[in-house]
Amino acid sequence: MRVFLLLTFVAVCWAGVIQAAQPTMPPQVEQINASIEQQWRDYEIKPAPDAPVAVWCRRVYLDVIGRIPTLQELNEFLQDRAPGNRQRLVEKLLEDERYAEEYAGHWATVWANILIGRSGGQDNNSLTNRDGMMKYLRDAFASNQPYDRMVYELVTAEGATKPGVAGFNGAVNFLIDKVNEEDAVLATSSTSRIFLGLQVQCTQCHNHPFNQWKQQRFWDFNAFFRQTRALRRFVPGTNDIDHAELVNEDFAGQANDARDALIFYELRNGLVKAAYPVFIDDTAIGVSGYLSEVNRRQELGRLIVNSPYLDKMMVNRMWAHFLGYGFTKPVDDLGPHNTASHPDLLEYLATEVRKNSHDVKDLIRWITLSKPYQLSARHTGTNEIDDPSIGEPPKFSHFYLRQMTAEQLYQSLVTASGATAAGSYERQEQQRRQWLQQFVVAFGTDEGDEATTFNGSIPQALMLFNGELTTQAISNRDGGFLKRVVLEQKTPRDRVTHLFLTGLARRPSRDELSVASKLLTARGGDEIAMLQDLWWAIINSNEFIMQH
Amino acid sequence: MSPTAFRTPAGMTRRHFNMHLAGSAAMASTAFSFGNAIAANAEELRKNRKSAILLWMGGGPSTIDLWDLKPGAPTGGPFRPIGTTGNAQISEHLPMLAQQMHHLSVVRSMSTREADHNRGRYYMHTGFVPNPSIEHPSYGSVIAHELFAQRPELQIPPFVSVGGAGAGPGFLGMAWAPFSVTSNGRIRNLDMKIDDKRLMQRVAALELIENNFVKQTRPGAAGLGSPAAEHQKVLRKTLDLMTSDQMQAFKVEQEPTEVKERYGTTGFGQGCLLARRLVEAGVPFVEVDLGGWDNHSDIFNTLSNRKLPEMDRAMSALVEDLAQRELLQDTAIIWMGEFGRTPRINQDAGRDHWARSWSIVAGGGGLRGGLAIGETSSDGTEVLSEPYSSEDLMATVCKGLGISLDTTYTSKNGRPMKIAGGGKVIQELLA
Repeated sequence: MRVFLLLTFVAVCWAGVIQAAQPTMPPQVEQINASIEQQWRDYEIKPAPDAPVAVWCRRVYLDVIGRIPTLQELNEFLQDRAPGNRQRLVEKLLEDERYAEEYAGHWATVWANILIGRSGGQDNNSLTNRDGMMKYLRDAFASNQPYDRMVYELVTAEGATKPGVAGFNGAVNFLIDKVNEEDAVLATSSTSRIFLGLQVQCTQCHNHPFNQWKQQRFWDFNAFFRQTRALRRFVPGTNDIDHAELVNEDFAGQANDARDALIFYELRNGLVKAAYPVFIDDTAIGVSGYLSEVNRRQELGRLIVNSPYLDKMMVNRMWAHFLGYGFTKPVDDLGPHNTASHPDLLEYLATEVRKNSHDVKDLIRWITLSKPYQLSARHTGTNEIDDPSIGEPPKFSHFYLRQMTAEQLYQSLVTASGATAAGSYERQEQQRRQWLQQFVVAFGTDEGDEATTFNGSIPQALMLFNGELTTQAISNRDGGFLKRVVLEQKTPRDRVTHLFLTGLARRPSRDELSVASKLLTARGGDEIAMLQDLWWAIINSNEFIMQH
Repeated sequence: MSPTAFRTPAGMTRRHFNMHLAGSAAMASTAFSFGNAIAANAEELRKNRKSAILLWMGGGPSTIDLWDLKPGAPTGGPFRPIGTTGNAQISEHLPMLAQQMHHLSVVRSMSTREADHNRGRYYMHTGFVPNPSIEHPSYGSVIAHELFAQRPELQIPPFVSVGGAGAGPGFLGMAWAPFSVTSNGRIRNLDMKIDDKRLMQRVAALELIENNFVKQTRPGAAGLGSPAAEHQKVLRKTLDLMTSDQMQAFKVEQEPTEVKERYGTTGFGQGCLLARRLVEAGVPFVEVDLGGWDNHSDIFNTLSNRKLPEMDRAMSALVEDLAQRELLQDTAIIWMGEFGRTPRINQDAGRDHWARSWSIVAGGGGLRGGLAIGETSSDGTEVLSEPYSSEDLMATVCKGLGISLDTTYTSKNGRPMKIAGGGKVIQELLA
C-alpha cells in the first residue's frame, strides 16, 4: 500500500514531464479476473463489452463516494487517455484530499444502515444516537481504519452514545438498542449475521432443519453479551432521556453464582439447558461473570477478528456493494447450506484481505479494477442465462442494473444541480435525513425490522416527479443550475448536451436532440423553460436512477 | 416516443391523454389494452366486484389471549372469555367486536413452522418459505392482479398498504407492488404544479430517454421484466394516479367526525376507515397494519390497556360499516399476524414466538361468519383438529372471491407456481 502510494507519487511527478506513467496493477486483480473468466469459459458465456468510459466513471463515483460525478469531474477523467486512467481515477477518489470527506461520509452512511438500519435512532423510544454512530464511522473510514479493528471496536465498545457528552464513544450505538430486551437476543443475531455471515435468529427457539447452528450455539454465543447493559442518562431534573451509556457489569448468571455465570434456555419440549460463552469454533472462555476475571465482549471481539468468517464476510459484502450481488444470496448468509457462486475466489480474497491487514481501500482497488467491474450492462445473447434476479448464481458477465440507493440519489441530485442551499454540515445532514425518512416503513416488531418504499414503486416516482428536491433541481432561479448552464454554454445544443452529460454521462442521441427542439417550440422559444422540461425528464429516467 | 404529445388538442383531459400515450408506446401493459372494450360493462362488473382487506398484526399477536382463551390453564393468562353474536367466545377486552362476530369466524387450528419475524411475515404473506432464488408475490399482489380485470375504471393502485410496508409483488413486477400510505391517507408529492399539456410533453421526452436505455441494455428482447422496463410501468401508474379524481378516496379527513370517532382516532382506526373508502372506490386489495404485538414482556397490560381497545374499536367499526353498506358479502376480511405467541408465560410476564398452534379471523367476501373452526388442546400447545396453513387460508379466501385455484403463474425462471401455493380450501369457512 505504501509502496503503491509512492509509485503514484512518482507517477504524478513524471506526469508533468512526459506523460502519466501507468501504475502497477495489484496482483489480486489478475486473480479475480482469472477466476471469473474461468467460469465464463465453463458456461460458454461471452461477457458484455466494457462499459463506455464515461458510464464507468459515473459508476465508480457512485460506488466509491456515493454520488455521480459533476460534469467537470467527468471531463477531467475523459481527458486522461493514457493507459492506467481508470486506476488513476480510483486512486483519486480514495486518496485525494478533495474527496476524503465524501468518501468517509458515504461509507459511514452505508455502514450505519447495516448496523442500525435506516430507522435506528430516528424515534423517541430508541437509545441509539444516529449522529454518534455516524461520527464514529466517518472517523473510522476517514482514517482508513483496518476493517478488523472497526469490528472489534463495534463489538467491544463501552461509553456514551451522544457526541459531546463525557465518555462519548460512537461505536456503542451499534449495540445500545440490542442488549436490554430479551436477554440480548438481538445483539446475538445481529453480531453473528453482520460480521460473520451466520444467520442464527431462528435457532434462538429451536434447532433449524436447514441451518447447522443448533439452539445450543445460539445461547452459547448469546452468553458473551450478558455482562452488558444499556443505561439511560436523563436530562438533570427531568424524566427526559438525554443519552445512553453502554456498560459492562459483573454478571451473576442465572444460577446466581458469578464464579460460574451460566445462563439457561428452554428447548421446545420444555427441558431447560445451560449455556456458557462458547464461540462458533467451539473455543470456550472462562466461565466467570466477574469483569475483573473475564471481559466477555472483549473475548468475543478477539475471537471474531480471528475468525475466517470475518474475512469472507468483509469480501462478500464489499463485492456485493460494487457488483450488485455477492457470492452468496443473501449476502450475509455464509452458512454451509448456502453455496457460494465462486467459492474459490471468495476463499482467495478472504485470505488476501487478512494478509493485507484488512485494508478497506485496497479491497476497493482490487474490485473496482477487476474485469467484471469494467463490463457494460448489455446482454450479449450468450450471457442471457446470467440473470441472478431469477435465482441463477451470478456469473458477473455483465453489469447488473440496480437502482441507486435513496442516499445516492439524494447526493447525486444535490451535486448534479446544487439542489439544496449550502449550510452547516449539521443542517445539511438534518435535511438529508428528513428527506430519507419519508421512505422508511417499520414492521412493528421488537427487532426494529423495516422496509423502504424507495424501491422503484409509486411513492418514489411521485417524489421524483413532483418532490421538492426535483423542484429545486429544475428551478429557473438566478444562480441556479440551469441558469448557470445557460451562462456557461454558448448554444442551445451545447446546453442540452451539458444536461445529458451531467445526468447520464453521455451525449444526447439524434432523436433526443429533436425532442429538445420540439420542446423549445412548445415553450414558445423560452429556452430556460425547455431546459427545465428536459432536465426533469432526465432525472426521472431509469437511466438516471440506475447504477449501470 | 409519442410525437402526439406536441400537438395535443385543447381540452383533452389528462386521463385521456394518458391512455393515448399508453396505447402508442411500445410498453403498453395488458391492463391498459382492454380499456374501452370493457368500459361498457363497468356497471355490470361493479355489482360483482370483490375485494379483500388484510388486517396485518405485525409482531405476532397473542391469539391465545384474544380468540382461543384457556381460562384456568396454568399458562392461560388472566383474561376471561365472553360470549359473542357468533359461536366463538373471545377475550373480554374485545367487547365491541363481540357484537360483530356473527360476521366473522375464528380459525383456531392454524399450525405453521416459521417463528422468526421475517420468515413468518414472508410465509404468511405469500404461502411460501423464503428462498434466495425466487421472490414470491404476496397475496395482496396476487389478488390485486386477479381482480384488476373487474375494474377497467380503476385509476388508483389496486393494492394499497396503509400504515405499513405491505409485502412485495415478487416476480409479478413493481407495477403490482403495494402503494404504501400513512393511515391519514396523506400522499406526498402529488401536485405537479404545471399544466397538463406541459406535463405530457415532459413525459414524452422522458419516455424517449427510457426507451433508448432499455434498448441499449437489452437489444433484441423487449427488455420485459428488466428493472429498466419495470420502471416504465410504474411511471405509467404514477401518471394515472396523479391525474385521477379517484384520489378523493384517500381523503379520510372528509369523513364526518362521528364516523372518525366510531373507528377511533388512532392510526389503526383511521387506517380501517381509509380501507373502507378504498374498497368503495374499487381497490381490490387493502392491507392495514397494526404493529406492536411482539410482546415479550408485560403482555397483559399492553394488550388490555393499549392494543386491544384500539383494535376492538377500529375492527368492529369496519365490519359493521361494511355490513351496513352491503359491501361485506363482497369484501373478505382477514385478520392475522406472522404467528401466535407461546402458551406459556415467560419470566418477564410476556409471551414469545409460537407458530405451532394459533388463530386467525376471517369473514365477509364469500366466507362464513359466526363460526369457531378447529380446536387446540386444553393448554393451547397442540392443534387437535385438522391443522391449517397459510396456503389453506389463502386458497379459501381466493375461492370466496371467485378466483380460480387453477390459476398458475410462471416465475421468471420458468417455474410454474400455483396460486395460493396449492393450499386446500377450509370447507367449513366457505359460504
